[in-house]
Amino acid sequence: MTAPIDPPSATVVEERPQAGPGGTPGTSIQGRSLGQIAWMRLKRDKVAMGGAIVVILLILIAIFAPVLVGWFGHPPNEFHQEMIDPATQTPKGGSGIGWDFLFGVEPLNGRDLFSRVVYGARISLLIAFFATLLSVVIGTVMGIVAGYFGGWVDTLISRVMDVFLAFPLLVFSLALIGVLAQFETSLAVKGDTLRILLLIFVIGFFNWPYIGRIIRGQTLSLREREFVDAARSLGARGPYILFREILPNLIAPILIYATLLIPTNVLFEAALSFLGVGIPAPTATWGGMLSDAVKYYTVPHFMFFPGMAIFITVLAFNLFGDGLRDALDPKSSR
Amino acid sequence: MTKKSAAAIVAAGAALALGLSACGGGGADTKKTEGGSSGASAAKDVPNAALEAVFNPSDKKGGTLKMAVSEDWDSVDPGDTYYAMSWNLLRIYGRPLVTFKPDAGAKGRELVPDLAESLGTPSDGGKTWTYKLRAGVKFEDGTPITSKDVKYAVLRSMDKDTLVNGPTYFNDWLDLPKDFKSVYKTPDVNTDQAIETPDDQTIVFHLNRAYGGFDYFAALPGTVPVPKAKDTGVKYRDHVVASGPYMFEKVEAGKQYTLVRNPNWDPATDPIRKALPDRYEISLNVNADDLDNRILAGDLHIDLAGSGVQPAALSRVLSDPAIKARTDNPTQARTWYTSIIGDVPPLDNIECRKAVIYGADRVGLQNAYGGEFAGGDIASSLMPPSIGGWKKLDLYPTGTGDVEKAKAALAACGHPDGFETNMSYRADRPKEKATAESLQQALAKVGIKLTLKGYPTSDYYSLYAGKPEFVKKNKIGLATNGWGADWNDGFGFMSQITDSRTIRASGNYNLSVKSPEVDALIDKAYVETDVAKRDALWGEVDQKVMENAFVLPGVYSKAVLVRGAGMTNAAVSGAWDMYDYLNLGVS
Repeated sequence: MTAPIDPPSATVVEERPQAGPGGTPGTSIQGRSLGQIAWMRLKRDKVAMGGAIVVILLILIAIFAPVLVGWFGHPPNEFHQEMIDPATQTPKGGSGIGWDFLFGVEPLNGRDLFSRVVYGARISLLIAFFATLLSVVIGTVMGIVAGYFGGWVDTLISRVMDVFLAFPLLVFSLALIGVLAQFETSLAVKGDTLRILLLIFVIGFFNWPYIGRIIRGQTLSLREREFVDAARSLGARGPYILFREILPNLIAPILIYATLLIPTNVLFEAALSFLGVGIPAPTATWGGMLSDAVKYYTVPHFMFFPGMAIFITVLAFNLFGDGLRDALDPKSSR
Repeated sequence: MTKKSAAAIVAAGAALALGLSACGGGGADTKKTEGGSSGASAAKDVPNAALEAVFNPSDKKGGTLKMAVSEDWDSVDPGDTYYAMSWNLLRIYGRPLVTFKPDAGAKGRELVPDLAESLGTPSDGGKTWTYKLRAGVKFEDGTPITSKDVKYAVLRSMDKDTLVNGPTYFNDWLDLPKDFKSVYKTPDVNTDQAIETPDDQTIVFHLNRAYGGFDYFAALPGTVPVPKAKDTGVKYRDHVVASGPYMFEKVEAGKQYTLVRNPNWDPATDPIRKALPDRYEISLNVNADDLDNRILAGDLHIDLAGSGVQPAALSRVLSDPAIKARTDNPTQARTWYTSIIGDVPPLDNIECRKAVIYGADRVGLQNAYGGEFAGGDIASSLMPPSIGGWKKLDLYPTGTGDVEKAKAALAACGHPDGFETNMSYRADRPKEKATAESLQQALAKVGIKLTLKGYPTSDYYSLYAGKPEFVKKNKIGLATNGWGADWNDGFGFMSQITDSRTIRASGNYNLSVKSPEVDALIDKAYVETDVAKRDALWGEVDQKVMENAFVLPGVYSKAVLVRGAGMTNAAVSGAWDMYDYLNLGVS
């Protein structure tokens, strides 16, 4: 990371006549930006690309959930008592898996597990994305400011980060969401929307120091670089240097840690839903489904599908994030 | 109605057993003879065998009875407990004045004298009740038990600041002097106007108004004698002084209790207890699913909670005929229902309340509570059938929801297109969550839109559904609810949940029944001394509650109980609706 990635003027000519398997002999030597190089490295990393494809698929599933459910399933909250054995309250034939119900049905009320897993992706990904965005924005701003200005600003922000890192986040979220129920009527938003916003806030707001610390460290080393000195000697002021000189060089770590933070947030949302403080019933969430499934461990498919959904999502994001890091920062040890 | 369905289950079980023996006959002959020989030593397992008669009766002494429960319980101190399992069990180490006969079914609802020589003698028109204690009864340390110990026990159990659990019937009904606060705070106040002890064997209770059913009060654990010298307030639970056949050997709070024989218990003074096992081992906080598996495997005898197996074990229990033969499926004196709260418009209009009942999918609600075996029969009223005075009401259809009638009621209410309201449920209770979800689905069909709100069980009555201010502010029109009888009569079941005058600022169990008409009937029932007439009055209360559509009944609760292998004298008592813990033994 010696030069900014973003400005096209800063391209570096690679002194390699045959640039990998993609390059054909005989073509003229091309200049490639660092971004292009990273993209090439990423394309070569099959595991990371696999992760990326799964991530894109998951996003598509979440966006087109109503369409998918319309083709292959039933409305996610619709009861199908006819699929349930009235004596034991478990699905007839064990799971109810078949062409009509691809993943089987839930015990007790016979809701379509496929539809609920698909709709669950919406909540999980929505919360994970926006919570990550919130963390990244706060973390980047705080990290840059702390790292660049140093002194008492740095001390103050660093201590605040320490406080946040020491915070018992899970316990706090449990308490906060419990307390909020008392004030629900006086708020403008209600029900699911309120809970989603709240979860995004809780998860996002308390996770920013992780990314903030990394950004601060990077900024500390960047601000001593020659190109920053050069800009400063040309008369550039703080904000310009921060956002035009330093920030572009931080795109790589921000991207990497954002990708790695998403799966953590998916798990955290699942944990909160599992503990019963997530999205209220009957809205489907993966964590909430797992929580229900614990009572019915003799009906394993109920736990298997939402569990697999969380597993695949977290794994895909992690593989993609690792690949992205290798591509953007080849010096990091694997 | 319950009897009928119970009979049907027995018949089904018998048919199953027949099918099974036919299979055995066709297959392995050796297996059959083996089964026959073991059948000679112990009674043959049949589903519901312990419902109407004592199953596997025996007088064999010895062995260790192993019990477990998936949670901790409030306290083993007789003056500080409100759990049915606790009221049932504590009689192995404590002797109340009067208790329920250890027998199966309705016979178990009969009151018999225990520490007292006979049931209470009323005088002064039911305002004064006299009991005479048996001679020769001693505490575990050999001290004779006197009527003063009983008086002290009753008075201490009323201090709800120190002993927070347990009912407050004595507080409400005894004719106490004004300056009496508690045995701990005002030990010197003379309380003879409430409880008199003219001699060591006689105890006289004076009530502030007449009550014909005082023997039920005398059966409360509060009358188990407590020696004043050994009372350590809330810490008494660490060493309860035994008056029954067993005493505590080891008390590990939240983990385990062990009880051994009390050498100072004299069987000659105790006609109702058999005292068969040498030891009781009671484990606490056992994982609920693990507990079920250990009972099925024969490693444990009894799930102390008596509320039935977990959903995971249920399918295994019902699908394996050999295990099913070891089950009992009693209907309990408990109803699961939904309160329809008239404080929240438009539910202040009776027609809107009726629309909710018409629109509800009653079969769906039954399934939500666990189906016909683990959940119970579809309820047609608030009061469960085992309470005297119950009659089957037929005010509303009990099918999968009557859209026509619901729409008609909505039109009469002035909301032909339906309305919106909120429904609260206990978030950590999957069955109540399923109930709320089922109701949301069913009512959407008639245009009533429900928003579901889950609240934690521990604060459900103190901060949320039981707090009228919160309910009104948050517009909670419907709230899941459930109630079990303190004892099986109209007073023991209905008084706390239908009397509008019991409603306080928070901590209410009566969420919706507010009617002067009902209150007047309750007052009439209090003073009625004739049992049949009193029962009829409670039945009328039940009918009025339903006519006014204050509640949407869910199910009359049933539980699938499993008899531990080798357990003798199993009997599902009609008083507790679980196995009676007094005379169990091990073979």
